[in-house]
Order: sequence, then C-alpha cells, then structure tokens
Amino acid sequence: MSTALEVGTENCAGPETGEITPALEKQATELIARYPVSARSAVMPLLHLWQETFGYIGPRGVEWIAKKLSLQEIQVLELVTFYPWFRQRPYGKFHFRVCRTLPCALGGAGKTFAALQKLMGLKPGAHEGAMVSADGRFSLEYSECLASCGTAPVVLCNDNFHEKVDEKKATELVGGCS
Amino acid sequence: MNPWNHDVAKDELDLVDVQVDGVWLRMPRGLNVVEVAHRSKKFIPHYCYHPKLSVVGNCRMCLFEMGTPKTNADRSPVLGPDGKPEIAWMPRPQIGCATGVTQGMGIRTDSPLVKDCRNGVMEFLLINHPLDCPICDQAGECKLQEYSVEYGTGASRFVEDKVKKPKNVDLGERIVLDDERCILCSRCVRFSSEVMKDDVLGFVNRGSHSTLTAYPGKRFDNAYSLNTVDLCPVGALTSKDFRFQMRVWFLKETKSICTSCGTGCSTTIGSREGKVHRLTPRENEAVNSAWMCDYGRLNIHYLDSKDRLHRPLLKAVGEQFPGTWADAIHRAAEGLGKFKPEEIAVVASGRLTNEELFVLKRLLGELGVTRVDIVKHTGQADNFLRSGDGNPNGRGAELLGLSSDGRKFRSWGAEIVLGKIRALLVLGGEDVVAAGIPASALQKLDLLLFSGILGNETSRLAHVVLPSAATAEKTGSMVNVHGRLQRMTRAIAAPGEAREDWLILRDLREACTGGNSLHSVEDVWKAIAAEVPQFAGLSWAKIGDLGVQLETRNSLSEGTLVKA
Repeated sequence: MSTALEVGTENCAGPETGEITPALEKQATELIARYPVSARSAVMPLLHLWQETFGYIGPRGVEWIAKKLSLQEIQVLELVTFYPWFRQRPYGKFHFRVCRTLPCALGGAGKTFAALQKLMGLKPGAHEGAMVSADGRFSLEYSECLASCGTAPVVLCNDNFHEKVDEKKATELVGGCS
Repeated sequence: MNPWNHDVAKDELDLVDVQVDGVWLRMPRGLNVVEVAHRSKKFIPHYCYHPKLSVVGNCRMCLFEMGTPKTNADRSPVLGPDGKPEIAWMPRPQIGCATGVTQGMGIRTDSPLVKDCRNGVMEFLLINHPLDCPICDQAGECKLQEYSVEYGTGASRFVEDKVKKPKNVDLGERIVLDDERCILCSRCVRFSSEVMKDDVLGFVNRGSHSTLTAYPGKRFDNAYSLNTVDLCPVGALTSKDFRFQMRVWFLKETKSICTSCGTGCSTTIGSREGKVHRLTPRENEAVNSAWMCDYGRLNIHYLDSKDRLHRPLLKAVGEQFPGTWADAIHRAAEGLGKFKPEEIAVVASGRLTNEELFVLKRLLGELGVTRVDIVKHTGQADNFLRSGDGNPNGRGAELLGLSSDGRKFRSWGAEIVLGKIRALLVLGGEDVVAAGIPASALQKLDLLLFSGILGNETSRLAHVVLPSAATAEKTGSMVNVHGRLQRMTRAIAAPGEAREDWLILRDLREACTGGNSLHSVEDVWKAIAAEVPQFAGLSWAKIGDLGVQLETRNSLSEGTLVKA
C-alpha cells in the first residue's frame, strides 16, 4: 500500500466494510506522531487516509478516527461534512469534478457538465452534491476553482487533471475510462 | 463551576484609563469590551458571547470602534485642548468580546460605523431566518427579535430563496430543535462541551447550510440539557415541557429558590393566573452560577397534581370529611391539650422554611414536647449542582435545633403500639408510612395531625388534615447545604383553602397556648434573628436576592451583600 497523501492514490469506490489492516494502523500511528503538540491536528491526515483506503468516510471511519485521537464523534463528523473533498458515501469508480468558478463557467463548464451527465447516463438538470451512475462506474459533481483558469473549462477525473474539456474531449475522456 | 468568568476581572484593582463614548473611566485591565461597556452603563449587543463560556467571536454582533492613544515622537501621549490624551481611531471595527481593555484605549459603542456594522450583521443573520415569531416560543425574550428592532431595518432586501433546514428535530428527551431559527452562535455546543463535558452537539455542513445537530444515534440528554434553552439567544432550542404553553410576556417573574435538593439554586418562577409555567435559573455565583438541573427545573408539575390537598379534612366515624379551618385548628388544639408532653411526637420536614420551623419550635417549647425528628431524604449527588441531601432546608432545621439523626422516628411505631406516644404531628407532608412507621401503628393513635401539600398514605389515616402551600406558593427562607441563607417569594396563591405552613402553625400555636406576637414572615424573621445566634444581625432585607453565607458572612468577600 502506498503512503498516505500521495497524489494519484485516490480510490473512489471502496467498501467501508474492508479490513483495518496492521499496515493501516501503522500508517495512522505515524501520522499522529507528526503532531506531538496536539494529536487532534492529525484528524485531517487520518480522514484522507481513511478515504483513500476505503473510498469514503462512513460512521465506521468517523468512530475509528475519533477513538484514535480521543475526540468525540461529532468533532470528526463536523470536518467530514465541512470539506467537500470528503465524502460520506461511495462514489463511482471514476469520479469527475467539473470546475464551475467564474472563468470555467464562462468557458463552458455548464455544457461540459451536461455532456458528461448524458455520457454517464445520469439524470439531467440541476443537482446538489455528487451524482452516481446506476452501475457505480461513474460519478459527477461540480467543484470550485481547480487553479487552471487559463485553460478553462477544466475537469478532474479521480486524480488526473484535464484541460480545455469541451463536449468532444468529454466524450473521449469517458470513452477512455476502463 | 465555570471554566470562564469573563465578567470578573483578573484583578479588580489593576485599573487602566479608557474612554467610552467620549467619557474617560477607570476599568480593570484586560476586562473585555462587552463587560467594560456594561460597567459603563452602555450596551454592546451580542449573541455568541456569554460570560460563563469560552469566547469564539463568531456572531460579529459586538463590533465596536476602537482607538489607541496618539503618541509623539518620544512616545509621550498627544494631549488635546482639554488636556486629555487624543485617540487615533482604527478604520475597521473590532469585536468587543475578544478585546481586552488596555491603557488609554478608546471605545465607541454608538458611532455611525458601529451602527452600520450592527445593521449589516443583523441583515446577514436574518437572511435564512424563517421569521416565524408569531408561533415561536422565544418571541418576547428573543435577542434576534430585540436587536432587530434596536439595530436592524424594518424590511428585508432578501428576495432569493431561503435555505431549508430540519425543523422539529427531537434532539433529546427534553429538547426540540428548529434548525432554521438557529443563528449558529454555538453557545449550546460550548455549554455541552465546556460545562457538561458531554460533546454530542456540533455543526455539520458549511456556509448557509451549516446545521446544528447531535451525532447520529446520540441523544442530547444530559441532566443539565435544558440550560441550553436558556442560553439559546433565539428560538432554536425549546423545552418540550414549556413550548407552546404560554407567551413569555404574560409571565409574572418571581425570585425564588429551587427546593428539589439541598443546593437551593436561585430561580425565577414564571407564573400566570395562579399557574406556574416554568422555572429558570437566576444567576447567583455563590450557589448555581447561571445553571440548574433539568430535574429541579421540571419539578413544578406536582403543583397541579390531582393529589393536592385543597381543604382541611376532619375524621369522623372513621372517615375524613371537609371542614373549616377554625374547626380543624380547634380540633387539633383540643386534641393536643389532652396529652402529656411526653405523649406527643412530631415528625417535621426539611422542606419547611426557617420561619415555619421556628414557629413550630416555639409551639413545641411552650407545650414542652421534646420528641421531634426530621425525615432524612437522600438524593443522587452529581459532581455539579445536585446535592446528595434531598432536604432543601436540612441545615436550617439543624441551626434551629430541630434536627436529629432522621431515623429516630422509626422506633416510634413501637412506642405508639405500647401507648407511650398518643399524638403524632406530621408537619410538612412527610409520608411516615413510607418512611418506616407502620400504618397499623398510626391507626392506634389518639390524634394524628397531618399538614402537607399532597395526600399520601399518612394523610389518609390522619384525624386532622391541614392543606399547606408549596414552594412557589409561600414566602420564607432556607439554608442550603453549604450554609447559604436564601429567600423564596410567593409567586402564586395556594390552591383552594390551602395555607402557608407558618400561618397554620401560628394559628395552631395561638389556639394551643394563646401566644402570638408574629404577624408576618418578617416578624418571624426578626424573632429568629434575635434568638438564633447564627442568624444574629440579619434582617429580611439584608438576606437580599442572592442570600447570605452564614459561616463567612462577616468576611470581605461577602461584605457588599451584608452591607447592602
């Protein structure tokens, strides 16, 4: 297993019911040791670790982390719900984030999003949060600035970054997913 | 009891010069600006700030304009034409709750900038507010409502859709939450975490979707949870017991104390038209700070119990019939006159006030009765406010010399059977059958006199039943387990013909011995102060709303109270 927080490790669709391996425990211990003054500060790295391992952070993850850091569950849940990167349910194997901050919005992010919805077989129209396709292969959501305004619209597929994604490129992207 | 006490300065004698709205004053160094304004008879509105909780500064309502002294090149202060230091005002406002005063600080609580800030904050707070004041329990004591009138604008400019949030959330056994009314001040979260050490509440989601919630599957049920209803500046947290029962502006507020245990928390009774609708804690640092337990707070429903005694009852041919007070007192006095003092025994109650116990003591002294006991009640003490002593005035009885071990009376059953005790007076509503004197023994008595609030096994066997008044229905004083003498004031009339115990005892005493020089509770108090050394020098007025610490009442810390 790769170390935590490394780019390219995101696994969107894991089952939270998976085994908590000794390797995972060891990683957690190492992460906590990085914050000698306040173990509470390790809550963010642990949330990332859990999500990368199991795909999402359900009650099991919240409770495991709370116990590790002697926190109350609600204090962990507050963070999980605060940050849009953290998710409380499994997403698709390929999770797409379409930037909708102003430059991308002007550059046609709406069209890209609609095209992706159609390609993934998702219900068209407005939505709140992420949408997951029926077969669990794809999921899609809007995100805020992905920091490449000059090449709008931009899309993040799992940890891979794609620039100038128009409808044609969107079709290629979805087609390339396997 | 409080991890924080922001209203108390670290050193009340270490003073600095501060200018508040143009007036120079001396204030303790480091005291926060909200408290400084309060001491200057000014007011800085606030939602999240509470003197007994940590400062988070998230509501932004306490913004004020701050200045520091202008200095010359040599660091000496620049003096204005009036000889006072000139102040350089900062272009941006600061939050009062998190700003401690320093030497020469300027504070403006009502400048155009400050007014503009408050107006802006109010507008933001009301963006997603449902504006359901007509059906909201908080209306009338809602800070959002009050500050909206004082600092807001009459109409909303918001034309967009409001965020929908959960309503009618069953947060715990005694609390209902309306998330749309919540302004996210976090007072309840901090109370649970800092005072109760019971973190179940928190905010989930973000921005305008932020929502107060308990962790899924956990209940907000701690023994002090209802304090968050008082702390909540808006109508988000409501008491299941009080919600939809009464408009708060109809409530008459009476200062009293809680009599559910030996702590005697200071309370405010909210009543209307002879009915107590709620009990809320009244701030008293010497007893309960700003809190009280849920049990004590909700222990008001016995007042309307169907077991309440409304009329004097007299037993004739084996059955109790309603009678007049005159008949009842006459029958009791006549009965008592027939026995030798050693044939009379008294079970009094630690729920009686000092005044009542004192009149009783006089009566017993005059009759020569020495067999007196007070039933012990033990409760479950926690490490916070609840006392293990279930008698609210056990200490008072002790000081008046009426207390014994609280078990002595249990042997009286045998003495009654042997005919050594022929009359038993049960005063203050104790159920001596439940406490250990068998009903079969009581039936052998020549006279069983009972006074109390609620009917019970003992009252049903009594020859004379005298209905008396509950805490909210009487005036008197009690001494709590820590030796603090406190007053309670009558909020409502006792139901039916029920009377305050001290009046019952006064009349009984008059009928038995003819002695009566006591016409009011204040008179009784005067007599107590003259007779009981621990109460010497105290008058009814001197007890005050916050009470007096008996053991240390001459010490410096209590000086202001005693001098008042």
